[in-house]
Amino acid sequence: MFYKLPSFEYFKARSVGEALELAGKIGDYRFLAGGTDLLVDLKIGRYKPRAILDIGGLRELSYIINDGSRVRIGALTRLEDILRSSVVRERLPLLHEAVYHMASWQIRSVATIGGNIGNASPAADTAPPLLVHDAIVKTRSVRGERAVRLEEFIQGPRRTLLEPGEMIVEFEVPASPGLEEYWAYRKFGRRSAFTLSVVGLAVGAEFLEGSPVFKVSLNSVAPKPVRARSVEEYLKGKTLTDSVIETASKIVQQDISPITDVRATAEYRRHLATVLLKDALKEIAGRLRR
Amino acid sequence: MKVSFKLNGRPVEVDVEPNEILLDTLRLKLGVTSVKRGCERGECGVCTVLLDGEPAYSCLLLTAQVEGREVVTVEGLRGDELAEKIARSLVEQGAVQCGFCTPGFILTIYAGLKKGLIKNVEDAKKLIEGNLCRCTGYLKILKAVEKLLA
Repeated sequence: MFYKLPSFEYFKARSVGEALELAGKIGDYRFLAGGTDLLVDLKIGRYKPRAILDIGGLRELSYIINDGSRVRIGALTRLEDILRSSVVRERLPLLHEAVYHMASWQIRSVATIGGNIGNASPAADTAPPLLVHDAIVKTRSVRGERAVRLEEFIQGPRRTLLEPGEMIVEFEVPASPGLEEYWAYRKFGRRSAFTLSVVGLAVGAEFLEGSPVFKVSLNSVAPKPVRARSVEEYLKGKTLTDSVIETASKIVQQDISPITDVRATAEYRRHLATVLLKDALKEIAGRLRR
Repeated sequence: MKVSFKLNGRPVEVDVEPNEILLDTLRLKLGVTSVKRGCERGECGVCTVLLDGEPAYSCLLLTAQVEGREVVTVEGLRGDELAEKIARSLVEQGAVQCGFCTPGFILTIYAGLKKGLIKNVEDAKKLIEGNLCRCTGYLKILKAVEKLLA
């Protein structure tokens, strides 16, 4: 056998209440939602918890609700359910597009959105769309509920604000007519299918008193998925002319701090960030002109 | 620990370690050898099974996770009309060479057709992303699907 999982105790929670109770009792645990990241991480020795707390069967946290100005997505909603949801396709097209390009059917049918965010990989593909939408992460513990902005929730590589005994229960994703129509998504990987992001990029426009407000987010270019605040600031009140797009796509360099790893060099990621942003902004400019 | 699930239509109960993956339980304890050991990290697709009707990697599932669920491998599709058609089409198009990836492909294509997710070759191309074949270059596999759709 090539990979051997370390030994651990296994607990299966039958309700959110039981999961929180078990978490408090066990102490040294990792939550297992779908497990498609966790099992690989256990195999390569990234984590060595005393116990695995399986919350994957909690159907009460698997839902997509179209709730007026926002869409509420249960933490244990599988990526495949998100991909097939007409609510997500119509109201959160950036998320639909990102999930379409994520992993493979075999992974999407098991992996969850809560797992993707909770794992806090710098390459998490659901993060850029959720960041553009200013998503809120709802968590629960025996102490009660918390609501944290996703931008703050992910702290760095594999680090979140989640405290021991606390779990993600829901993503509250504000939707807007702007983001339903004016958006562009780009993902560049080492191959065209079933690939990890070398750089991923989500861009959208919302409207404030008739003029567009641009929101930009990237993954795999910093210790965590980021909003490109300098770009957004620069684009405020501007029309997307060729020269504005040119400048904006250079300014993105101030918002990123990529590293060299097995998938690409830092220099290449910087190059890609500019090229992909230019391309995405051109797509949105075209839609805005119509 | 004891885990019960449905395997190819029959209820099974196995005694497993908490850290045992479904791939090992199937191959080493239940004699299901169509499910192959490949990359063991969810990249190659040779360990594909159907879990409640959808393809999943048995190398990335703890056996404990499938408690109460339904697992299907090609052994369970023997005599199934659609599965037999898929197998025949793969053979006729020369899409089976070394054969190591074939059970996984059959399951993914089967689920895709059964669920109505494969309406054309482009759909098939998308859905087989998680199954690698190092012999055919995929063209023959896609040709086999195309023939099935015709």
